[in-house]
Amino acid sequence: MIEGISIYHFLVVSTIMFFLGIAGFIIRQNLITILLSIELILNAVVINFLAFNKFLYPNELQGHFFGLFIVGIAAAEAAVAIALIINVYRRLKSIDSDKVNEMKY
Amino acid sequence: MIDYSYTIFIPLIPFVVFLITGLFGMKWKPEISGWLGSVGLGISFILSLITGYFYFFTNVTDHFETIIPYNKVWLSFTDKLHIDMGILLDPISVLMLVVVTTISFMVHIYSLGYMKGEKGFQRFYAFLSLFTFSMLGVVLATNIFQIYIFWELVGVSSFLLIGFYYQKPSAVAAAKKAFIVTRFADLGFLIGILLLSFYTRTFDFSILTNPNTSVFSSMTGAGFLGMSAITWAMLLIFMGAAGKSAMFPLHIWLPDAMEGPTPVSALIHAATMVVAGVYLVARLFPIYYFQTPDVLLFIGYVGGFTSLFAALIAMTQFDIKRVLAYSTLSQIGYMMVGLGVSGYGGEAGLGYTASMFHLFTHAMFKGLLFLGAGAIIHAVHTNDMEKMGGLRKYMPYTHITFLIAALAISGVPSFAGFFSKDGILTAAYHTNKILFYTEYITAGITSFYIFRLYFKIFWNKNTQYEHKPHEAPMTMTIPLVLLAVVSTFGGFIPFSDFITPDHIPFAEHMHWGVAVPSIIIGLLGIVIAWILYRKDNKIPARIVSALGEVYTVTYRKFYIDEIYLFVTKKILFNGVARPIAWFDRNVIDGFMVGVGTVTLKASKAIKGFQSGDIQEYAFVYIAGTILFVLTLLYYLG
Repeated sequence: MIEGISIYHFLVVSTIMFFLGIAGFIIRQNLITILLSIELILNAVVINFLAFNKFLYPNELQGHFFGLFIVGIAAAEAAVAIALIINVYRRLKSIDSDKVNEMKY
Repeated sequence: MIDYSYTIFIPLIPFVVFLITGLFGMKWKPEISGWLGSVGLGISFILSLITGYFYFFTNVTDHFETIIPYNKVWLSFTDKLHIDMGILLDPISVLMLVVVTTISFMVHIYSLGYMKGEKGFQRFYAFLSLFTFSMLGVVLATNIFQIYIFWELVGVSSFLLIGFYYQKPSAVAAAKKAFIVTRFADLGFLIGILLLSFYTRTFDFSILTNPNTSVFSSMTGAGFLGMSAITWAMLLIFMGAAGKSAMFPLHIWLPDAMEGPTPVSALIHAATMVVAGVYLVARLFPIYYFQTPDVLLFIGYVGGFTSLFAALIAMTQFDIKRVLAYSTLSQIGYMMVGLGVSGYGGEAGLGYTASMFHLFTHAMFKGLLFLGAGAIIHAVHTNDMEKMGGLRKYMPYTHITFLIAALAISGVPSFAGFFSKDGILTAAYHTNKILFYTEYITAGITSFYIFRLYFKIFWNKNTQYEHKPHEAPMTMTIPLVLLAVVSTFGGFIPFSDFITPDHIPFAEHMHWGVAVPSIIIGLLGIVIAWILYRKDNKIPARIVSALGEVYTVTYRKFYIDEIYLFVTKKILFNGVARPIAWFDRNVIDGFMVGVGTVTLKASKAIKGFQSGDIQEYAFVYIAGTILFVLTLLYYLG
């Protein structure tokens, strides 16, 4: 079904996603967008897991399970993060990451 | 044996009075403090007289025992190192006991009149009691450390009393000067004590002053700068004595100390405290004589020089209290000479005897002179003799008693000073001719300056006073009369029967070969003073202008104060204190400030790293990771 598509294609896609996620994480100010960037990074990793599983150990399932775990954890993390973001918004009337620098104290 | 244990009350009564008047005096009428102090001291005075009577006149054997009725360990550090407090009775301490309580009692009574209405009357009496207590502690000390403790207490009470008028800047300066100078000298005293006790392992006089003692054997060997340890120790102890007794060059505080009330000058700075140095040397006389005769000779020379030097200055001063202050220096110099030329045992001990004799008579007539001066100042409200004159008509009692004291100090026969001064001159004549001639000349100068003072105050011109001077009240004249009686007849006490270095009496003979010339020079001084100052005339002014620079230098007290100022301000402050202050400010402080500055700068530089901006952290983290990975790849691949 995926004849003709090599592992390199998968890796290139996942690398692009990963660095897009990092760039978004660093550059974007909006906390929601930052959260989306994190999801992007996680999903890039999931792609890597699945691709390696398929091409290196086709008879094993560890890669798939890892992928499922990551998706589950990402959901939980998103819930926690959005709860935090709502609280930040209540306190600061803003979800701009520049304003959230009081944790240094 | 007589039980002398009651002597403990002699110093204790003034102490208790000091505590009471010091704590509660301000709540009472001032007179109560005065009377309490006087009555308390009166009891001490009577007890001292009783002690003197018992000690010298009853139970007399061939020599006077040293009696220690009371001795108690006060501070016990170890078995060997302990400081005792006690009472020691021997001829000189009993003599001093009588002298101190007599003068102090007279001054207490006198001050009832003199200080009447002064602000701080109670404070004055509290300090007087404190001083008397401390002085009696010095006199009765059984060991050298007890003497040191009370020595410092005496210094403190002297400081407090000189600065009695603490609103007057000059009094404050004088008090400070007195305290610093004597304190500086006491530093030497303390080092001397420590040296002495380090080698001998004892503070006790009964061991130290025993002529046959062997405790000093270890001290003669150990040396420093060419002198043995014992020489250093005794020299340093004499430094303390010289500070207290205002010997040259530590004399500068005494003339300034005249800023205090006049009764204080009489008590502390003429009769008692300033002779503490003489007393100390006399107390340690066996050590000086047997172990360090060189130091004893040195003491004699210091005394001789001081007496001549101070007498010269006394001729030129116009402040009557300053004349008397320099006269005191001069007379203490005499006592030091007496000790310096003395021997031990039999007639050789004449110098010692005469020195103690002079201490006694000097206390009486100098106390009288000061109290007389106080009465005069009380009447005319000035210290300047140029503003006085013709006072004999207004103040008959003061006039007569002052004249008696002046005759006594001039060494006119039958008055007290003649006998004691003659004893010192005789002792000097037999042992040291240089000191003899110095003292002989000084005797002439003495009678000149004291009669200059006398004539200028009581004769000379008839000054017009703003208020007509009146005779002092009874409380002031009674002490004058009593002291005048002692000054007149005190000389007939045969001192060699009582006070000798070895406590064995000897028979003293009159040496007319010495006495007659000294009478002549004394009378010569009086006659010159009579010619110059009996009536107001131009001769003194002409002599002054003829002497020119010599007079100025003497009038300026040989510039000793200026030399001290130069040494302290220019050399010590600029040469030592300034560099040390610079070192402190720049090196020590600089190091500490440097530590602070570096920390501050470093924290300022790195505090930007912790911005609280998560994205910045992430960027740095990722950039670092990438850099790390690339480096790794570069080296591995």
